[in-house]
Amino acid sequence: MSTTTEKVKATLGKRYAKEKRFRFYGLASIALSLLFLVILLTDIVGKGLPAFSSTYIKLDVQLDAPTLGVSTDATPEQLRMANYNTAVLNSLNTLLPGVTDRKEKKALKGLVSGDAQYELQRMVMDDPQLIGTTQSVWVLADDDIDVYYKGNIDRTLPEGDRRIKDFQLVWLDKLEAEGRIDSKFNTTFFTRGDSREPEEAGILSALVGSFYTLLVTLSLSFPIGVAAALYLEEFAPKNNFWVDLIEVNINNLAAVPSIVFGLLGLAVFIQLFGLPRSAPLIGGLVLTLMTLPTIIIASRAALRSVPPSIREGALGIGASKTQTVFQNVLPLAMPGILTGTIIGMAHALGETAPLLMIGMIAFIMDVPDSVTSPSTVLPVQIYLWADSPERAFTERTSAAIMVLLTFLVSMNLIAVILRKRFERRW
Amino acid sequence: MMEATLDMTTVAKVNTATSGGREEFSHTISGTIGKPYLDGKDAKFFCRDVNVFYSGDKQAIFDVNMDIGRNEVIAMIGPSGCGKSTFLRCMNRMNDTIEGCRVTGDIRLDGEDIHDKEQDPVLLRARVGMVFQKPNPFPKSIYDNVAYGPRLHGLAANRAELDDIVEQSLTKAGLFKEVKDRLQSPGTGLSGGQQQRLCIARTIAVSPEVILMDEPTSALDPIATATIEELIDELRASFTICIVTHSMQQAARISQRTAYFHMGYLVELNDTKTVFTNPQHQLTENYITGRFG
Amino acid sequence: MSTLGILLTLIVLAAFSYYIGRKRSLALATPMQRGGNNLHSLPSYYGYLVVAWAIIPALLVFVLWSTLEKPLLTSSMMSHIPAEYQDKSADERSLISNRILNLVHNPERLATADPLFKAAAEDYQQMQSLSNIIKTLLVLALAIAGTFIGLRHVKPKTRARNQVERVVQIIMIGCASIAILTTLGIVFSVLFESFRFFGQVPATDFLFGTHWSPQTALRADQAGSSGSFGAIPLFVGTLLISAIALLIAVPLGLMSAIYLSEYASPTLRAYAKPAMEILAGIPTVVYGFFAALTVAPLIRSMGESFGLSVASESALAAGLVMGIMIIPFMSSLSDDVINAVPQAMRDGSYGMGATKSETIKQVIIPAALPGIVGAFLLAASRAIGETMIVVMAAGLAANMTINPLEAVTTVTVQIVTLLTGDQEFDSAKTLAAFALGLSLFVVTLILNVVALHIVRKYREQYD
Repeated sequence: MSTTTEKVKATLGKRYAKEKRFRFYGLASIALSLLFLVILLTDIVGKGLPAFSSTYIKLDVQLDAPTLGVSTDATPEQLRMANYNTAVLNSLNTLLPGVTDRKEKKALKGLVSGDAQYELQRMVMDDPQLIGTTQSVWVLADDDIDVYYKGNIDRTLPEGDRRIKDFQLVWLDKLEAEGRIDSKFNTTFFTRGDSREPEEAGILSALVGSFYTLLVTLSLSFPIGVAAALYLEEFAPKNNFWVDLIEVNINNLAAVPSIVFGLLGLAVFIQLFGLPRSAPLIGGLVLTLMTLPTIIIASRAALRSVPPSIREGALGIGASKTQTVFQNVLPLAMPGILTGTIIGMAHALGETAPLLMIGMIAFIMDVPDSVTSPSTVLPVQIYLWADSPERAFTERTSAAIMVLLTFLVSMNLIAVILRKRFERRW
Repeated sequence: MMEATLDMTTVAKVNTATSGGREEFSHTISGTIGKPYLDGKDAKFFCRDVNVFYSGDKQAIFDVNMDIGRNEVIAMIGPSGCGKSTFLRCMNRMNDTIEGCRVTGDIRLDGEDIHDKEQDPVLLRARVGMVFQKPNPFPKSIYDNVAYGPRLHGLAANRAELDDIVEQSLTKAGLFKEVKDRLQSPGTGLSGGQQQRLCIARTIAVSPEVILMDEPTSALDPIATATIEELIDELRASFTICIVTHSMQQAARISQRTAYFHMGYLVELNDTKTVFTNPQHQLTENYITGRFG
Repeated sequence: MSTLGILLTLIVLAAFSYYIGRKRSLALATPMQRGGNNLHSLPSYYGYLVVAWAIIPALLVFVLWSTLEKPLLTSSMMSHIPAEYQDKSADERSLISNRILNLVHNPERLATADPLFKAAAEDYQQMQSLSNIIKTLLVLALAIAGTFIGLRHVKPKTRARNQVERVVQIIMIGCASIAILTTLGIVFSVLFESFRFFGQVPATDFLFGTHWSPQTALRADQAGSSGSFGAIPLFVGTLLISAIALLIAVPLGLMSAIYLSEYASPTLRAYAKPAMEILAGIPTVVYGFFAALTVAPLIRSMGESFGLSVASESALAAGLVMGIMIIPFMSSLSDDVINAVPQAMRDGSYGMGATKSETIKQVIIPAALPGIVGAFLLAASRAIGETMIVVMAAGLAANMTINPLEAVTTVTVQIVTLLTGDQEFDSAKTLAAFALGLSLFVVTLILNVVALHIVRKYREQYD
């Protein structure tokens, strides 16, 4: 055996140990990264799942005319202004009689959500004939009660440390024994706008705001992005100062922090052009500028992957450059362009920081009805709720995140399917 | 006209072979013609029934049998895609690094099965060095390029020994005079021919027993090629050299034996002189007379 | 007419002009032998030509009018208010103009408003409706006139296709130039507001001051109303959090990329890569929520169990989660550069008898180093500019510390805080946000330019 062989053999053990260690670090890095992902998702799902159900309390409400202060033939306006609050209070007093202490009285009223009286209002306005009858109504419980029934308040703790006091627990146990407490699917969450009361808060206005914002973004960034990509890839002269400048700008803008786009929106769109604050229109404009680089870069890659033979074929039979590009190249590149656009839209949907700058951070209860009405978007709603101290808002924040992630995952899935379906090997 | 017809028939035969499988092929290539074995003599490399498959069932090498002697230069020639490089890469298990590549058969170096569980690819590659088609110096200084192997394998006990190995290797590769004043400048800054000699120096710095060369001059100009060819001739004294080449003249100039590969088969292996002056197989003749390749 | 109304009318006009343009060209066409005709271009191109004539000038005037309308109206309004207000400072004038505009947008408050403002607001409203009428008439007149001019151009000899293609190309150039306009917009908006800020607070105080408390500016006439705008604590905080993030993201991202491209089986790659992409696709607000509600309390309680005092909004929590966010970014960038190292380099090393890890450490990483440095710089730029995680998980207190267990604040946090409160746009406080934005933009721009340059040079080396 040669000396080389012996010397190499002597080193092998150590070298393979190193090799193993290095390999382990690599695998551990991936495992750790994916572990973070799993922890993040389980944390959010664990926190958010309870938000999809709400605790309801069954009340027997006497809708008699004197209490409400209206009669059956009242005008809708009178019905709207009727005193449903007292009706709710009366029914609570009947259920849990003998409450005299002021503090306890307040707590008694606080068992049910402030929405209870509006629930009655809706019922009566739908059917004024209900006046004079006694109705069994399931009304939303207060968020603290809801949190308690979701197991997040430990009744074994000392009384001073929990938000539900002993006397309230007595009431709740009584109500539960009478079968008056139940958990139902939380429709409020999907059908209402924001609210100060967690049990009444929903994401609908934010969802609609996101929709309008994305609509503006898509209708601007897609045509502009495709036109820019077509120009840069197919028509632009090479080694031209302006074209190079455009390319450098696009690549840089792709890496500019999103908040800077927010500053641009604030200074230019709002201060200079005087467009309305908090509107999806401005949000869409800002997000357009932000997603354009993504769309342009993806579209250029898609155009580049169309082989020159296609272009030569069309040019060879006498089509003009423009005809070739629009009729032959663009359709073939479309799946790639759409994939890039969807991914850009997914980014835009998840973007928060620049929208804070342009005032989309407002408290919005009503569902926006146009691109110029004040609105908020889903990620900003998440941000706002995350700041609220109530436990019930935490779970709603997580639930809103789950909704947001569902949208993002579906968008990405569509992009992946599109890519797979139309992937062409030239 | 006559030649064109001949050409057509060859292609036709080969085509039947590819579509019809081995059965029909065997009447064209029945085993290896010539002297694939070194009867009685002690072979450096001993290869029997070597088959190579790429991802799945795509077979690149079919039942190759050959011996490679000590201190000889064996040239492997054949048209592009004939499997000569693939076969060469079997001998230091470089094919292990290709995903989905599978090698079967018996390959022995000095009687040891290189696919044996005990056998270590790292040690094997230290014993069987390799020079590639495109010069591929590492992005390091000339000195570090040559010292790369000795450092990896712990061949030098101290700096002085390492300096010595580097100088000797560069000298053997005929490069030392040209670069001795700029050992610390990057290896990528050398000319193509110098880079390739640097790669040879890098390989011999480990003192391997065999050097595999995969078309080492195909990316070089004629003058650099001539330098490398001279170098190979000198290196024969200390190493066994297997060289894959595209150039028949090169094979004729530098090798003692020549193997002709065709579509994954070893068609003919014989003394270089015989292969080029009196080829036994029609395919070999077609190739060396320039009808295809 | 409303904006939507005008746009819809223009669309209808466009359809109409296409139709008559095309029809006119067909009417002019005289058939020749073999089924051809004497038109230079296909009839549809004549249609498009008329559309271009009808729409483009009208649209340009419309956009220009709409953007300039409000600033012009406002300045004209301000020139009509009584002289005693004219002499006030710029800040107060903008306050007055905001109050009047507020009245314009909320007419129900007009009844109770100051008569002076009421008059101005009503005046404004009148001018606004007048402007609207003129705009509508002008745009529609231009569109109709354009249609006629376009129709006069419909002649067999007109090179309609070439002209339409020229227009299309100019539109495309315009779209591509938006990138330049955006950059210019960013530069000018932050520069302009920053200059106004530096007019009130010296630039040296901002750049080298070590005390940051903009909150002291309660009233405009108060002593010391300018607050303290020493940005050093913010820069330190930003760097601290970014450093923690990079400390996590760079090794994990790089090692993941190495494992995925050099070791992993195709199956593992097929699952692990998309999984990493999910991590990259999660919105930052979600990471912020995770940092603030899960990680920060966890770190706090862990620190306490070791007897350490940890701020509830520690830099560590924000940095850690930001690091997780950047892992996939770092790993996909590194993956690209590692894959760009030619296979020949690997072969050379394996051929020498190097193990995989030796090859990676001694050949691939040195070869890919420029690309990895570029990836690192891009990741750093990302960390510095990241907003939501720090807004939600880092504090507001401008502490100057490098202790990761304490609360620090960052440039982005302060921008958000300064601009989402209820204060006048022109106060030093809001302008400070633009000065911070400028420093953020400059730093990230430099990082990006350098990184992109390095990466491009690196790619060219192996192309």
